Amino acid sequence: MSTPVVVTGLGVAAPNGLGTRAFWEATLAGRGGIGPVSRFDATGYPARLAGEVPGFVAEDHLSGRLLPQTDRMTRLALAAADWALADAGVDPAERPPSDMGVVTASASGGFEFGQRELRNLWSKGGRHVSAYQSFAWFYAVNSGQVSIRHGMKGPSGVLVADQAGGLDAVAQARRLIRKGTPLIVSGAVDASLCPWGWVAQSASGRLSTAGVPERAYLPFDARAQGHVPGEGGAMLVLEDAGAARRRGATVYGEIAGYGATTDPRPGGGRPPGLRKAIELALADAGLVPAEVDVVLADAAADPGLDRAEAEAIAAVFGPRGVPVTAPKTMTGRLCSGAGPLDLGTALLALGEQLIPPTVHVEADPALALDLVTGGPRPARLRTALVLARGHGGFNSAMAVRAAAP
Amino acid sequence: MNATEFTLSDLKRILLESAGADGAGLDGDILDSRFEELGYESLALLETGSRIEREYGIVLDDSVLGEADTPRALLRAVNSRLAPAA
Repeated sequence: MSTPVVVTGLGVAAPNGLGTRAFWEATLAGRGGIGPVSRFDATGYPARLAGEVPGFVAEDHLSGRLLPQTDRMTRLALAAADWALADAGVDPAERPPSDMGVVTASASGGFEFGQRELRNLWSKGGRHVSAYQSFAWFYAVNSGQVSIRHGMKGPSGVLVADQAGGLDAVAQARRLIRKGTPLIVSGAVDASLCPWGWVAQSASGRLSTAGVPERAYLPFDARAQGHVPGEGGAMLVLEDAGAARRRGATVYGEIAGYGATTDPRPGGGRPPGLRKAIELALADAGLVPAEVDVVLADAAADPGLDRAEAEAIAAVFGPRGVPVTAPKTMTGRLCSGAGPLDLGTALLALGEQLIPPTVHVEADPALALDLVTGGPRPARLRTALVLARGHGGFNSAMAVRAAAP
Repeated sequence: MNATEFTLSDLKRILLESAGADGAGLDGDILDSRFEELGYESLALLETGSRIEREYGIVLDDSVLGEADTPRALLRAVNSRLAPAA
């Protein structure tokens, strides 16, 4: 039997709330954080709405030494990791450095920082490029900066699989704990709301061009026409369940199962891989479908992708066989940050026995989903399944289970 | 630039612009403190050297930044290039 791995700390930076408490209150109230892009002038682009993290003043959280060397995504990740560790009641200074590691996911790296320095390179010359460009825009920089800040010298790394990567990172953290590192800080924060990031995301052809937040991101709705991108995510403290119990930690829940697949080549006639990812995650968790109490959907808001997800869910759980929700309708799609934020949401839902709603959506009856809309739904929740798909055919599924009472 | 002298206050300003400072900042007598003790690693010094080069129109060899491990040593190295021997 593999060592159970539990979540003991949570730090959230989301478009509808900075900090876990603000996020959770907004999420239960159905209060979204999608609005016109303010971080740069997006008026000339087809898509002009985003989920931006409100009220984050980097100077309030980070020393002056860190500011010149960090992109926004790293600043948010550092703050969220601090909150997660404080929430877990862990003081890294009291632990052996090699007993702690960091695994994050990243979809784009530090694009805002990178764009500024590339502009310096091509407009002023190489001597005007910050020396910190050498790492500040790398995929791995959030893992590096978190590990340096807290003196975590155990195994570290980064996973890159667009939206699916956020779950893949937590799965890798679980593997490392099972190999003997007692504590891993994991999760993801992406924040590429700058012209470069915007163009890169626009190239997917999947961004909503709607002008009104209430109409812009409508997964599983007959009016679905793309998604709204957002920034932020969540950081989690993961621990060996036995070690967490011995120190008397408060446990949010267990990372019970994980599965990942890659879609077949387009046009080959084989089915997409999401169903298989779900089945793998359930088998890994030792769960049968009837034991899953809620599914947090990937929610692409692309008609074909919504249908594929609804079919995968129905194939495993039966038509309208399990409550499904997409709280990311309040935040937009956060790239790598989405999976860890949904994990946090799922764990908070298990704690409160409330399924947060999918907002603004009128579920397309043809999809045969029991979509939770209108408001939070009270339910007996012991297990939740989080789904995430990344552009390019990545499918990941992760099951979480409530802590034993 | 025709600056004739690179002073400690010039260095402090450029250090702050390049790499920031922690709480205590750069107050007090730091002339003979090692950069490492002040919290500046090699990358911070690389960025600082790059800005000094741009602002003062000089070239600092990599070895200069490696060897000048205190503000006093760096001031001396920069000033020797601002006023080359005739």
